[in-house]
Amino acid sequence: MLVGLANLRMDFLRTNRLDRLLLERFPTPPAALQTKPIRLALLASSTADHLLPAIRIAALRRGLWVTIYTNQYGQYQQELLDGSSPLHLFAPDIIVFAFDARHLAHGIGAGSGRTSDSLADSTTARLVTLWQTARAAFGCPIIQQTALQVFPALIGNNEHRFDGSAYGFLQRLNARLRTAADAERIELLALDDRAAADGIAAWYDPVMWHRAKQEVHPAAAPLYGDMIGRLLASLQGRSFKCLVLDLDNTLWGGVIGDDGLDGIVLGQGSARGESFVEFQEYVRDLAQRGIILAVCSKNDEANALAPFHSHPDMVLKRSDIAAFVANWDDKPANLRRIARQLNIGIDALVFADDNPFERDIVRRNLPMVAVPELPVDPAFYSRAIADGGYFETLSVTPEDVDRAAHYQANLERTTLQAAATDLPQYLKSLDMVMHSGPFDKVGLQRIVQLINKTNQFNLTTRRYTEEEVLAQMADPQVATLQLRLLDRFGDNGMIAVVIGRIDDRGRDFTIDSWLMSCRVLGRQAEVSTLQLIVEAARQLGAERLVGEYCPTAKNAMVCDHYAKLGFDLADRQDDGASRWVLPLASFAPTENFIANVRKNND
Amino acid sequence: MTDAEILQGVTDIFRDVFGDDDLVLTPDMTADDIDDWDSFNHINIMVATEVRFGIKFQTAEVEPLRNVGELLSLIRQKLSVKA
Repeated sequence: MLVGLANLRMDFLRTNRLDRLLLERFPTPPAALQTKPIRLALLASSTADHLLPAIRIAALRRGLWVTIYTNQYGQYQQELLDGSSPLHLFAPDIIVFAFDARHLAHGIGAGSGRTSDSLADSTTARLVTLWQTARAAFGCPIIQQTALQVFPALIGNNEHRFDGSAYGFLQRLNARLRTAADAERIELLALDDRAAADGIAAWYDPVMWHRAKQEVHPAAAPLYGDMIGRLLASLQGRSFKCLVLDLDNTLWGGVIGDDGLDGIVLGQGSARGESFVEFQEYVRDLAQRGIILAVCSKNDEANALAPFHSHPDMVLKRSDIAAFVANWDDKPANLRRIARQLNIGIDALVFADDNPFERDIVRRNLPMVAVPELPVDPAFYSRAIADGGYFETLSVTPEDVDRAAHYQANLERTTLQAAATDLPQYLKSLDMVMHSGPFDKVGLQRIVQLINKTNQFNLTTRRYTEEEVLAQMADPQVATLQLRLLDRFGDNGMIAVVIGRIDDRGRDFTIDSWLMSCRVLGRQAEVSTLQLIVEAARQLGAERLVGEYCPTAKNAMVCDHYAKLGFDLADRQDDGASRWVLPLASFAPTENFIANVRKNND
Repeated sequence: MTDAEILQGVTDIFRDVFGDDDLVLTPDMTADDIDDWDSFNHINIMVATEVRFGIKFQTAEVEPLRNVGELLSLIRQKLSVKA
């Protein structure tokens, strides 16, 4: 309900009002939210209070509860350095540095003797020091806002040639911030890019600056908040995963069932036809960087498939679509079906449909699905989807790129399963190979992603940031496992993450986190995983494994997990949480279908 | 735009800013009459008014405003210049 409310498009006044109601109603994070509340410190050099409601609402729109701290006006540096400051007391788990252009450009000017180059260097160095100080103090992710170009040019088109220009300084600084951010593993909030697309007037009004030192215009606050919300979602691995597409008048012009293959508008020769091609190219590029594609169309399936098979101007092929649903059922029911088929949450879907009626019925029935308001002209479809920021990603991993192929192969596996006469025979026929190893830098991003977005096969649902995972990797009492599963259809990628800790007496090895990707359910991968956990625990000298189950709204499927694996119940709380014990002396491996286990670098 | 429409528009803004759907504006109402009418909310009222009516206040126009009635007549004057 809360998330549904936050999803309404709102201007800044409505945003502020909803925020006030929420804070009155929920002084502490509501218990119903599945995610770990976030403590965000917004460290700003000028007025930022007007941005806070929008940040909270945008985060809530993505299922995240944020508590925000802002520094005393002009005091961010002191608060960062003083270990007893309110900032340190607050103990943030995300920091956003938001500096206004004048603060950054302090000291530049024609006749100042400072060049934009040297000032850009020293300012970048100062920011890097701030990031490092913040990281050392709090060990948390850091977001740096790029500078808004608020200065007027002094010489014009070739402003970069005039070395005393504040405008030119900001150009250089924003370029250097990108390199520095990559080197320091800092995320950027690219206000400069956004303002270049929207026009600086949409973001900055000198009147507001002079009146209240608000560099970001209050009316732009909802978008500012949303951009932060996207980054927070991405940091938590909670960005949207799948783009569900309508067909008629969304991927091509006209109605395939009425107009036929040669009647639909697609391809060179008409402006609309070219617009649809360009939209399909954008969608294909999204797929190539890891977004899953699905089709949800009211059509006879044969008609819906025809262009994919036979239209020469179709950019998207049937093989690009991981789930293809064309029938006459209502779209909310079909979206549920698609999420189920792909084994992803319904809240991971973005639904693109030209028809306002279908958009409305989906919004009403499935408020957790993102539904961009597609404009009438297909030339603007891709912009509408990009502007929603649904698929915000901090970096593209090789896993992302393989994902679409992945889901495709999964569907083939399902088909094979239907064909095989019995389950053991089917599992054997998959020729599964498991690769196991402790966490490493290469796998880190995917590990953090899985820790933060796995809901169903997750025994404890403990969410950790990248920094926390790094700390666990460095802890000698902690053993970690990342597992990949390969089979005859391809690489399933990382499918399991385990974190365990040996107690100080060196006796009990407690499984802090055990989560697996739902892609590989029903393959008995958990049996092989247990054997690997046992080995890791024995290496640390453990005598017993201790497993915990913490119930959430989504993980009922693993409530008997430890019982099935032969653990004994140690105790059960009123809330359903339970602890399980497995003595290692008597543990013997069971036979399963993953014959081959290979270990890397341990 | 009629005076009644302007008053309705400004009333909507005040109700959102102060979170009070029963708020009724009178021309002589000032910041002293509403508890939360601080400088932060004052800016929000001005910005929302600009957005709602598609007008732009100059710095010099906003500062001398003393009550709701003066705000209404400033909006009326701006809209008539626009028309």
